[in-house]
Amino acid sequence: MSDTAKTTASPQRAGAMSLTLGPWIVAALLLLVLPFIFDNNSSITIMNQMWITVIFALAYNMLLGQGGMLSFGHAVYMGMGGFLCMHVMNYVEDFGIALPLPVLPLFGGLFGMGFAMLIGAISTSGAGTRFAMISLGVGELVAACSVIIVAFFGGEEGISGDRTYGLPFFGIEFLKQIEVYYLISFWLMLSAALMYLFSRTPVGRMANAVRDNPERAQFLGYSSRWVRFYSFMASGFFCGIAGGLFAINYEILTEENLNTSSSGIILLVTFLGGVGFFFGPIIGAIAFTLLQTVLSLKTELWAFYAGALFLATVMYFPGGLAGLIMMHVPAFKFRNAGKLVMPYVKTLIPGLITVLGIAALVEMIFHYRHASVGDDEMTIFWTTFDSHSVVPWVIVTVITAIASYITKTTAPDLKEAWGDANTPPTTGGDA
Amino acid sequence: MELVLVNLIDGLVTGLLLFMLSAGLTLIFSMMGVLNFAHASFYMLGAYFAFQISLALGFWMGLLIAPIIVGVLGAGVERYGLRRVHQYGHVPELIFTFGLALLIEELVQFLWGKNQMAYNIPDVLNFTAFAIAGNSIPAYKIFMIFISVAIFIGLLYVLTRTRVGMIIQAALNYPKTVEALGHNVPLIFMGVFGVGTALAGVAGVIAGPVLGTFPGMAFVLGSIVFVTIVIGGLGSLWGALVASLLIGWITTFAKSYNLAMSDVLNAIGIATPENLADNVFRDLWTVTSPQIADILPYILMVLILIFRPYGLLGNRDA
Amino acid sequence: MRKSMKLGLGAVLALTVSSAAVTADTIKVAFIDPLSGPFASTGTNGLHQFEFAADYMINQNGGVLEGDMFEVIGFDNKISPKESLIQLQVAIDQGIRFIAQGNSSGVANAITEAVNKHNKRNPDDRVLFLNYAAVDPALTNDKCNFWHFRFDANADIKMDALTDVMAADESIKKVYVIGQDYSFGKAVAAAAVANLTAKRPDIEIVGNELHPIGKVKDFTPYSRKIVASGADAVITGNWGSDMLGLGKSVIENGYTGPIYTYYAAGSGITGAFGETGKGVIRLVGEGQINPPVSDAASDYYNAFKVKFPDGNVDQPRISNVIGMLAQAINAAGTADDVVAIATALEGMEYDGIFGSKIFMRPNDHQAIQDVHISAHTNEGVTFTYDGSDYGTVTETTVSMAAMDSTSTCDMQRP
Repeated sequence: MSDTAKTTASPQRAGAMSLTLGPWIVAALLLLVLPFIFDNNSSITIMNQMWITVIFALAYNMLLGQGGMLSFGHAVYMGMGGFLCMHVMNYVEDFGIALPLPVLPLFGGLFGMGFAMLIGAISTSGAGTRFAMISLGVGELVAACSVIIVAFFGGEEGISGDRTYGLPFFGIEFLKQIEVYYLISFWLMLSAALMYLFSRTPVGRMANAVRDNPERAQFLGYSSRWVRFYSFMASGFFCGIAGGLFAINYEILTEENLNTSSSGIILLVTFLGGVGFFFGPIIGAIAFTLLQTVLSLKTELWAFYAGALFLATVMYFPGGLAGLIMMHVPAFKFRNAGKLVMPYVKTLIPGLITVLGIAALVEMIFHYRHASVGDDEMTIFWTTFDSHSVVPWVIVTVITAIASYITKTTAPDLKEAWGDANTPPTTGGDA
Repeated sequence: MELVLVNLIDGLVTGLLLFMLSAGLTLIFSMMGVLNFAHASFYMLGAYFAFQISLALGFWMGLLIAPIIVGVLGAGVERYGLRRVHQYGHVPELIFTFGLALLIEELVQFLWGKNQMAYNIPDVLNFTAFAIAGNSIPAYKIFMIFISVAIFIGLLYVLTRTRVGMIIQAALNYPKTVEALGHNVPLIFMGVFGVGTALAGVAGVIAGPVLGTFPGMAFVLGSIVFVTIVIGGLGSLWGALVASLLIGWITTFAKSYNLAMSDVLNAIGIATPENLADNVFRDLWTVTSPQIADILPYILMVLILIFRPYGLLGNRDA
Repeated sequence: MRKSMKLGLGAVLALTVSSAAVTADTIKVAFIDPLSGPFASTGTNGLHQFEFAADYMINQNGGVLEGDMFEVIGFDNKISPKESLIQLQVAIDQGIRFIAQGNSSGVANAITEAVNKHNKRNPDDRVLFLNYAAVDPALTNDKCNFWHFRFDANADIKMDALTDVMAADESIKKVYVIGQDYSFGKAVAAAAVANLTAKRPDIEIVGNELHPIGKVKDFTPYSRKIVASGADAVITGNWGSDMLGLGKSVIENGYTGPIYTYYAAGSGITGAFGETGKGVIRLVGEGQINPPVSDAASDYYNAFKVKFPDGNVDQPRISNVIGMLAQAINAAGTADDVVAIATALEGMEYDGIFGSKIFMRPNDHQAIQDVHISAHTNEGVTFTYDGSDYGTVTETTVSMAAMDSTSTCDMQRP
C-alpha cells in the first residue's frame, strides 16, 4: 500500500496546546477588539475572509493533520454547504419564514455533513492514494456539475441572495460589514472550540492512531474505516459552516467555490500554517489571505512570491509556520531563549534584507521589461527611482550581496547558539 | 461510418499524447510515491523552450533540444529539491510539486508574457495527408502518432531488455533491496525523474503547435494525467498506454456524437416528464455527451477505484 | 504567538490603508480585472488602455472640472467573483467612486449586485459601475440597476448586426452555432438562432452546441462535426484560448467557410492565427481601427503605440468610457455626487474618437453605437495587432445598431 498521506510532518504532540482557557480568552478578546483598531470596511472585509478561511482550514486539517487523509476535493463540502445556505436564504425571503440569519450556517454544516456521509461511505474505505484520488474525482465531478446543473448551482453566474431580508435578530439587520464580522467571529470561536474538543475525544484520538498505524489500530479492535468516516463527517460539517458564513458574507456563491483550484489552495494554506499543530491552519489562513488579498494590491507578481514561499516552507520548515514557532518551545523551557536573541538579530535581519533585495531586483526586472515606454519611474519600499538608470541596480545588488554575505558568515554562529539553547538534549527542536 | 474511422484516428492522437505524459509519471509515481503536480508544467516548459529554439534554429532543433533541457531541469529538481523533501514524507513532497507548478507558471509568464505564442506547425508538415469523406487528416497528426509510438517502443525496450531497465523495475518495487545490492538508487530516481520530465517535454514540443502555447496550458491539462495512471494501474507502462487510449477514444466519441441524456433515459423506459421546464431535474434531462465528455474519465476513475483498486493492469494497491 | 501574528496582520492592514489617503484633486477609477493568472493578458491590456486614455484624453488636456486629474488604479481580481468583491470593498474604502470592470459576465454580475446593495446600504459613499466589456444581455435587462452603465454593445445587439450581414449573403445556407457552456455562450446561441430564423427562414441551423468553458484541450471532435454537417458558416462567442483552439482546429480539419465571432483579435490571438485565419475570421465589434476614421484616431493609436509598443488598442470603447465619464463629471459639476454624474450619463450623446456617435440609452443604461463587421487580414491594415502583419479591417457598418430594441429593464432611480 502506498502511504502518501500516512506520515505527516510532525505528530500532534499531546500537551503542545494545553487545555487551559488562556489562549481561547485571548483569542476571543482579540476578535472583539480588532475591528476597533482597524475600523474601515476593507480591513473588516479582509478579516471576514480570513476567519472564514480559518474555519475551512481547521476543518481541512481534521483530515490531513489529525487523520492523515489527503483530500483534493474539499472545496466541494464548503461549497455545497454555501449553496444550500443561499437557497435557504432566498427561501426565507420569498416565504417570510421566521429564521434568524445567525443560525443559517448550521444548515450549511448539516448539508456539508450529509454530503460528506454520502461520499465518505465510498472513499473512506482506504487511506493514501485511493482516498486522495477518489476525492479528486468527486471534486472534479461536482465542479463540472456546477456549470451543468443550473437549477441548483446557477451556472457560471452562481446564485445570489440578500442577507438583510430575513427577520432582524435582536434588532440587528446585518446591513453593515461590522455586524457580519461579529457573526463570523462568533461562529469562528464556536467551531474552533468544537473542533479542538473533537480532537480530544476518543474518536479524535483514534484518528491519530489510524493515521500513524492503521494495522495496529485494527488489531486493537478499532475499525480504521469507521474512524476515518467519523473524521470525514465532522470535517464536512465544519466545512459546511464555513460555506454558510461565506454565503452570508458575500451573498453570492459561484462555481469558484467548488472548483479544484479552491481545493488545492486550502491544502496549501493548511500546510503553510503547519499540519502538526491545532493552531497551524489558523496561521496559514491568515498568512495566505494577506498574501492573496493585500500583497496582490502591491504587486502583480504575488503568485510568484506565494509559490516561492511554499517551496521554501516545504524545503526548510516542513512543520509549517506553526512548526517554526513551536521549535522554540524547548529553548524557552530551558530558559535559554535569551541566548538566541543576538544571533537571531545578527543573521535574520541581513537575511530579511537579502530576501527583500532579491524581491526588489525581481520587481525591477519586471518593471524594466513590462512597463510602458517612458514610464521609467518605479517605487519600491517607499523609494521612487528610475528603473532605466544603472545606479539603483548597482545599489540594490550591492545591498543584497552584502546582506547575503553577512547572513552566510553569521549563520554558523546561529547554528551554534541554537544547539546551545537547546541543551540539555531534547527531541523537541528537530522539526 | 467513415466518421467512426476519423474519430478513431483523432482519439488515437489524443490518447498517445496523453500517454507520453503518463508514461513518465507512472514510473515516477510508483517509484517515489510522489503525485508530481508539476508534471504538466514540464510539458508547458517543453512547448515554450521549443518555441524559443524554433525561432532561431527551426522546429526540428526544438524537437531535439527542448526535451533535453526539460529533462536536465527535471533531474535538477529531483536532485536539489525533491530529494531534500523526500525525508519529510509524501505530503511535503506533494506540496513541493504543487508550489513548483505555481512557480513555473509564474516564471513562464515572467519570461514570455501572458499572451498566446505564435508557435506553429513546421511548413514541411503543414499539409493534408489524406481525407476521409471530406474530413482531412493533417500530416502533423500522423507525425505525432509516429513519434509517440516510437517513444513507447523505445521505453518498452529499455525497461524490459536492458540491464538498466531491470534495475529500474526492481527499484520500483523493492528500492531497499536494490540499494542493498549495491545499486545507486538515488541516481536511478534522478534518472527516472529526468527521463519522465523529458517525455513530458516531448509531448509539449509536439502538442504546442496544435493545442496552443500559452501560460494556462498546464492548468488546462490539469489532473487528467493522474487519472490516467490510476486507471491504468500504478507503475504499469502497458496500463498507462491502455488507459491513455481508452480516455482518448471515450472523450473523442463522446464529443463527436450528441447523445442526450433524455434519449438514454427514454431507451431504458423512463419517460420524459410532462413539463420539463419546471422539473427539478431539468438540467439532467438535457445533458448531452459533449457537455460531460471531459468528466467521463473522472467517473471511470472513481468506479475503477471502487471495484478494482489495482487499476486495469496494475498489481499494486493504489 | 497568536497575538503576535495578529499584530503583524494589523501592521500590514494599517500599511495598506495608510497608503490610501485620498488627495483632493485626483479622480480615481478602480480597474478590477484579472492581472494575474490565465486571463491576465486581457486584463493587463485593458488596464494599459485605460491608463493611456485617462492620460492622453484628460490629463494632457488639463483634466476635468478645475484641473482635476484622472488616475486609473488596477485591482487584481484573479477573475474570481469572491476576490472581486473584496477588491471592490478595498477600492470603495480608498475613496474611489468609479469602478471599471469587463472580463467575465459572471464577475460583472457579482459586482453589479454588490454595488447595488452597497449603494442602498451606504448612501454616503455610493459608487458607479462602468462596465466596459461584459456583454451578457441580462445586465441591461432583468438585472439592470441605476448604478450600472454598459459601454460595449451587448451580445444581442452584436448578434443582430452580425446576422444582418449574414442574411445578406445568399451563399450561406447552413449555419453551425457553437459556444462555451455558460451564460454568455448560451446568450449568443439563443440570439443567433432567433435572429437567423427571423431574417432568413431558409437558413438551416445544422448544429447548435455548447462545450465546457476553458476545459477543452483538443477541439478536433467538434471540428469534425462542423465539417461533417456541411456548414457554410460558423457562429461562435468563444474567447481566449477557446477561440484560438476552436478556430485553428476547424480550419486545420478542412473547413473553408467564414467563422463569425466576437473576440478573435488582440491579446496574442491575431498573431497566433496569422495566415491561417485570413479570409475565415469575421469579427463583430464597436470602434473602427482599419481603415482609420480620422487623423485624431490615428494620432490616438500612434501615441498609444509609442507608450506600449507591444500593446494593441483592441478595445476602442475604453476611450469612450473615459471620455463620457469626464463629460458627465463636467456636466454635473462634481466628481463626488455619483447620482448627479449618473443622471448626466443617462441619455448622453458623445462623439467617440473611433468614429461613432455613442448614445447612452436612459431606460437601460446600454450604450448605442455603430457596430462594425471586420475581417482578419493583412491587406490594407494600417494598425496591426500583436506585432504581426495582421489586423482587422472593417467591411460593413451597422450605424446606431439596435437603437429601438426593447429592454425588460425596470430602472429604479434613487
